[in-house]
Amino acid sequence: MTRWVMIADLRRCVGCQTCTAACKHTNATPPEVQWRRVLDMEVGEYPDVKRVFVPVGCMHCADPPCMHVCPSTATRKRSDGIVTIDYDLCIGCAYCAVACPYQARYKTDKPNFAYGDAPMENEAAVHDPKRLGVATKCTFCSDRIDAGLAKGLKPGVDPEATPACVNSCIAGALHFGDKEDPHSNVSKLLEENEHFRMHEELGTDPGFYYLWDKAAKEGYERGRSGR
Amino acid sequence: MSYGPKPWVQLHWDARAALNFIFGGAGSGLILFAAFAPFTQRLNQAAFLVGLALIGAGLLSVWMEIGRKLRAVHVFFNPFTSWMTRESFVALVLFVAGLSAIWTGLPQLAALAALAALGFIYCQGRILRASKGIPAWREPTVTWLVFWTAVAEGAGLFLVFAVLAGTRVPALAVASLALAVVARGIAWSGYRRRVEAQLAPKARAALEPAGKQLYQLGAVVPLALLLTGEATDIFASGAALLLAGAAALAAGWRFKFVLVVRASFNQGFALPRVPARGGK
Repeated sequence: MTRWVMIADLRRCVGCQTCTAACKHTNATPPEVQWRRVLDMEVGEYPDVKRVFVPVGCMHCADPPCMHVCPSTATRKRSDGIVTIDYDLCIGCAYCAVACPYQARYKTDKPNFAYGDAPMENEAAVHDPKRLGVATKCTFCSDRIDAGLAKGLKPGVDPEATPACVNSCIAGALHFGDKEDPHSNVSKLLEENEHFRMHEELGTDPGFYYLWDKAAKEGYERGRSGR
Repeated sequence: MSYGPKPWVQLHWDARAALNFIFGGAGSGLILFAAFAPFTQRLNQAAFLVGLALIGAGLLSVWMEIGRKLRAVHVFFNPFTSWMTRESFVALVLFVAGLSAIWTGLPQLAALAALAALGFIYCQGRILRASKGIPAWREPTVTWLVFWTAVAEGAGLFLVFAVLAGTRVPALAVASLALAVVARGIAWSGYRRRVEAQLAPKARAALEPAGKQLYQLGAVVPLALLLTGEATDIFASGAALLLAGAAALAAGWRFKFVLVVRASFNQGFALPRVPARGGK
């Protein structure tokens, strides 16, 4: 089995928002809709305060509350873990949006473009009226993944098969890959580093990991030797 | 402590969604009590009609909020896990049974409608509980809070209806209102105790006054009026019952509006760990 996950290395993210821009360019999301966002957070108490940039979006949960509540079955989960929305089924009730603990879902009722009524070239190319009045969110660029896999490419390794936000990251903070493959880039990163997931206590089993420190040396060495 | 974007009020469900909980709860509650009231058939039919009209108005209101109105029938597609689908199916049963009861006057159909009304308000409670993104909703005890609020509203509305119709108010209905407002107060107390620590300060600030009103306007005032009504003449008693019912109804409606629209803060984002930057 495959489970596509994303990793954000919080030590590396510089908050440049290039991933946000790349996502918006690729998916032509309307103003104020950011499928990939980067939060600017202050952590700690004075004088021990840190500024942390935190990429967020749909976490592609293994147990997605948005899917369970969806009355129309528009929200589903693929066998590779990607949570999808069928725009032809969705009624735009926004129940999924209030069920999502990550504020990852949006609903836009009217066409809206970056510079007013006329779409830019990339917006015109991707604009899909089916996305109006329904829930939308990050797709993990599933179209790129599927097309890449069909060509024999490896998502997370080959850019053509990798989500746009990951490709664009200037700091190498974002990673994508198959967590079920023990030799994948993401499996190695998770083994070599301390990590957490957002709001894990809610039991949604998110597919988005945050790296925050190197793993303890002993565990790291054990991971490297494959024991 | 982490200071990212603070929790903010969800804007996906506004007053239109709240009206489904407000009208749906009160309408279902009214049907529940009207089904077993010793009314004349005509009066019973009228009470059922008012109840169904309220539920219909609530559903119409929430229909106005959805993005793809012509696809509304898709709401029936997921009875396996979605409480919204289940609510829709129960509403269907409720309308068929309710209208049939009005048409035929059969008490069995009225009882079936009452059962569906109970199911409808239970589904509404579960709809909120399944919303994991909103701490004020996902607390499990919200189901029974919404349930008892609807029962108390129904009992209050029933008294208002009976007094306005000029019929004798059954003692059982008066006792039911007293019990329902007490049950609602207990449900609020239990819910508040469990949810308090999970709420953003602004959510707490929004919810607290509405909760207090469930005690004061929603329980103390109706109970005092019911006792006053017992001790006075028929005219004053009628006025007391009317006011008691209206107070129980108003407190419940206000609370549900606040719960759905004003206290529905998300939980924002939090980091359990901070990045360890720099080498040693």
